[in-house]
Amino acid sequence: MKIAETVTLKNELGLHARAAAKIVKVSDKYQSRVVIERDGMQADGSSILDILILACPKGSSLTIRADGADAEHAIDELRELIDNKFGEM
Amino acid sequence: MSTDELRETVVLKGIGVSPGIVCGKAYVLSRQEVRVPQYVLSTAALVPDEIERFHAALNASEKELAEIKETIKDLEGIGPMFIDINIMLLRDAAFVGKTEAKIREKHINAEWALNKTVEEYRQIFEGMADEYLKGRFKDVEDVAHRILRNLSGKKHEKISDISDEVIIIAKDLSPADTAQMSEETILGFAIDMGGKTSHTAIIAKSIEIPAVVGLERITAEIGTNDTIIVDGNSGVVIVNPSPDILKRYQEKKRHYVACEEDLLSTAHLPATTKDDYSITMGANIEFIEEIPSAVTHGASGVGLYRTEFIYVNKERLPTEEEHFSNYRKVIEGQGIEWATIRTFDFGGDKFMSDPRLAEEINPAMGLRAIRLCLREVELFRVQLKAILRASVHGKTGIMFPMISGVGELRAAKKIVDDVKRELLSEGVPISEDIEIGIMIEVPSAVMMAESLAREVDFFSIGTNDLIQYALAIDRVNERVTYLYRPLHPAILKLIKNVVDAGHSAGIKVTMCGEMAGDPMCTMVLLGFELDGLSMTPLAIPRVKRIIRESTLQESRKLLEEVMTFSQASDVEAYVETYMRKRFPEYLQGNND
Repeated sequence: MKIAETVTLKNELGLHARAAAKIVKVSDKYQSRVVIERDGMQADGSSILDILILACPKGSSLTIRADGADAEHAIDELRELIDNKFGEM
Repeated sequence: MSTDELRETVVLKGIGVSPGIVCGKAYVLSRQEVRVPQYVLSTAALVPDEIERFHAALNASEKELAEIKETIKDLEGIGPMFIDINIMLLRDAAFVGKTEAKIREKHINAEWALNKTVEEYRQIFEGMADEYLKGRFKDVEDVAHRILRNLSGKKHEKISDISDEVIIIAKDLSPADTAQMSEETILGFAIDMGGKTSHTAIIAKSIEIPAVVGLERITAEIGTNDTIIVDGNSGVVIVNPSPDILKRYQEKKRHYVACEEDLLSTAHLPATTKDDYSITMGANIEFIEEIPSAVTHGASGVGLYRTEFIYVNKERLPTEEEHFSNYRKVIEGQGIEWATIRTFDFGGDKFMSDPRLAEEINPAMGLRAIRLCLREVELFRVQLKAILRASVHGKTGIMFPMISGVGELRAAKKIVDDVKRELLSEGVPISEDIEIGIMIEVPSAVMMAESLAREVDFFSIGTNDLIQYALAIDRVNERVTYLYRPLHPAILKLIKNVVDAGHSAGIKVTMCGEMAGDPMCTMVLLGFELDGLSMTPLAIPRVKRIIRESTLQESRKLLEEVMTFSQASDVEAYVETYMRKRFPEYLQGNND
């Protein structure tokens, strides 16, 4: 199953190291391949370096794609993580 | 004659951040110098072996990081998240894949391939516009360095592995490094970087080992096994001391220890001058574990409970129950008669456990402390609820940090009232005599002190920030630490304004910054007729003794005299001379 969803980053610091690390942790939990896309640039959801290099500030619009049997769950959890501002204050 | 005696004595001055004197062998933590051989593999058949060697180094590096994570996980506040990030970088598919590809395609050794990969990332990161993200390259470099060292077969110097009694010398120590230090083996430390209020300094103080920071070039002046004296009282570090100096310092150390024991024996006596002026003596703490030490050192209460550590490095926000259990333990702590809890003061050097991560975010004047609380009200409410609930367990004060004017204070008080009403309507008991106060640390609050005083029960002067904001000094920038002068006439005037405004409104005015614990300043502060001081526990016995041996009258006179000076250096010189003469036995450790 292939799913894609577009989300907006709401946390103050954008995709900083700890936030990127949380995305990697979630991506690694699922069999599906997770890709984060911004302005045509793609990052492997399991690569913290890839995600950092996307250089997403607050307000960026990201497309999350997941491809695999559990794609739906992966997207759900990633969306929740991003909507909850990665647990930041 | 041994070669030791031929070594030149070097004296360096830094900032003493944790008191005590220690003499011993230096142990230089060198984490930057690994020689990297670069060569082409003699035959393509060696490629699989080389890739395996690379993976072995990755495994060894991950194991090291996992071990560090283990050793620090118990210490509250120094969470393992930044180590997880390092492990992720180490295991990053792109990072590992690129390096492997180079070994495979170019037949070069793993070190060379790794360096090439790191270079590629350097280019990418340097091209980024965002300063914070740019700085993340340092993490990539650190991880690469760890892998390179493992490729070279060298072991990582983990502080918890050191078994001899040594004094640690390093360019910088992360709070994680400091947290691994055990009193039995680490006698003290001296480092190039850092300032008085850095996180590393705070931890050194809490584990009670002498420490000097901000030495700038100690790592260049010393080698492992050199003899070194670290005087955490004065900030002086002496490398390869001559026998004379060594003897003098050993004597000094004996004095200091004896003095400490002597001082401790009277630490429980009240902080009352000979002419019967009493002030309250509080301790500044941030861990529950510090309470016993605060009590034995003579604190009657907690003048400043820093709550940031409840939040730092948690995967999620702390629950109300987590807050509550901390506050309750402080409020009903054995021997603690009262406790003032500062609502959270996030930002700056307290933001993250890794100083390198923190340096990118510069919130000293940003969205922090009360500003953040008033914006993220729910967060604030959770903390307030917990404090209010805990208030039935003992005398409680709530203190708002970084208040810059009446508007913020009213907004914060309104939230307290709302939360109070809610709790009461739910039948939750709350103490009836909770005091509400504010930190005075923003110059505008000093100017508005009269208005502010009408709406609170107490002021507590936070000198660290007040000095930083009033004198325009970035307190983590060691190039300007020389400007950080508590006895600057401007600071004295600010304090006077605050005390006058508070007292004419009939409220208590206390001080909880570093200045409160500096024995050199004790009589000057007494002269202001402050109602209380709160300081790091170790500083209390000495300050108390000075108070007990002075009079309010002479303190007033001293203050009056120095208030006529217009230069910081004049005030300092006068106060130092006066205090050294007046209390030679308590202040001899401070300078030479």
